Amino acid sequence: MLSRDDQDSLKTTPLHGLHVSLGGKMVPFAGYDMPVQYPAGVLKEHLHTRSQAGLFDVSHMGQIRVLPKSGKVEDAARALERLVPQDIVAVAPGRQRYAQFTNADGGILDDLMVANFGDHLFLVVNAACKAEDEAHLRANLSDDCIIDSLTERALIALQGPKAESVLAKLCAEAPAMKFMDAGPREIAGIDCFVSRSGYTGEDGFEISVPAGDAERLAKTLLDNTDVLPIGLGARDSLRLEAGLCLYGHDIDTATTPVEAALEWSVQKSRRTGGARAGGFPGAEKILTHFDQGASRRRVGLRTEGRAPVREGALLFADSAAGEPVGKVTSGGFGPSLNAPVAMGYVPTSQSALGTKLFAEVRGQRLPLTVAAMPFVKNTYKR
Amino acid sequence: MTTTLYTSDHEWLAIDGDVATVGITDYAQSQLGDVVFVELPKVGRTLKKTEAAAVVESVKAASDVYAPISGEVLEVNDALGGEPALVNSDAQGKAWFFKIKIADKSELGGLMDEAAYKAHTA
Repeated sequence: MLSRDDQDSLKTTPLHGLHVSLGGKMVPFAGYDMPVQYPAGVLKEHLHTRSQAGLFDVSHMGQIRVLPKSGKVEDAARALERLVPQDIVAVAPGRQRYAQFTNADGGILDDLMVANFGDHLFLVVNAACKAEDEAHLRANLSDDCIIDSLTERALIALQGPKAESVLAKLCAEAPAMKFMDAGPREIAGIDCFVSRSGYTGEDGFEISVPAGDAERLAKTLLDNTDVLPIGLGARDSLRLEAGLCLYGHDIDTATTPVEAALEWSVQKSRRTGGARAGGFPGAEKILTHFDQGASRRRVGLRTEGRAPVREGALLFADSAAGEPVGKVTSGGFGPSLNAPVAMGYVPTSQSALGTKLFAEVRGQRLPLTVAAMPFVKNTYKR
Repeated sequence: MTTTLYTSDHEWLAIDGDVATVGITDYAQSQLGDVVFVELPKVGRTLKKTEAAAVVESVKAASDVYAPISGEVLEVNDALGGEPALVNSDAQGKAWFFKIKIADKSELGGLMDEAAYKAHTA
């Protein structure tokens, strides 16, 4: 239990009052007092996001601008490439890309979104890592760039098949945006930064809005009967069904992007033989994993029964004997599948789709099958 | 004539002679949220008071249900396997978990009546 002092030290987002007024059940998360669910409950919130639209407060995440001292965005992109294995130079103005900060051992310090806003880069990083990320950027990029943390902005995600029609009423340009388009847009007369992306597997938008305008914008979006407020509980079940990694669980400083099955996020230009191969922390190990394979791999897991297999469950090759071969890193119940879903790390030799494994749950070994991710087909507007 | 008693861990017991029907309270289900899976004890298992007897899982988390008293499991509610959401819709009725043969009636003395339970959850 939290002591009174701990509760008092929790930070709040600009939408905190709105969450409370909507009946949000507030819990501590990454140092913030956040809604884990609203009266509708996790199951309905999840299904509503998949069938209509959900509004998520993700203002606890970090928003950081990287401004090139030269004034040329390519210089900021080249500088950032010293910290991530992605091709940032190739991110065109108005576009966004998924990336990871890596460490000298090839592990992942955080995962993030990087957008090219024409004259600077705009980064969105995880709440729990944002102070370290900002320090990491300052320590490594300050010769070339100014690092500017945007602490006076909220971040609102609008996700689901109705997200486009809802946002179109407030921003005529929204429907023309494609998946991973990003840039400044005016929404309901407010100067926002908008990207067509999210963390649910659904089409949708993430909207950075000045803190003082956040509640008005959120209320305007919630005025649509298609839009329900969604808490962290459904945010987690949605991203799990979408096969998306949760930092600190599915990826961390001990997992390389190859082990994490994130090869798709590392462009050829940064791999062995590429125009700008290597040159990021841990490049030697990560490129070795690319060239020779890694010994373990993140996979999707489906159960036969209805018992959820949760984070921390050990994985076995045999129904009774043997040492564990791996571990579940995220697991729970997938409301859209009406079945348990999980992901975890297994030996690469046992990572092929259809491989039978067992998870130990309360002393029993439950059968599992390695399954393709995403578990639920994504509906990005490409 | 049955008497209903409650534990501080939010289980209810309907006492009928030397048999107790056990479930979780409406307050407990409201705290857990949407129930998606229930694991019940095996019939014939002898439970000791306060040992983990069943598991109830919501989308978010798994929670243990403790044996409120000692005794042998006589019957379990198989309907919860196919329809775990009954726990949300009728926690103190159709969503009973198991029936237990009361081994020691003196253990009932430590449980709460409805008024005391209401005060406990207020």
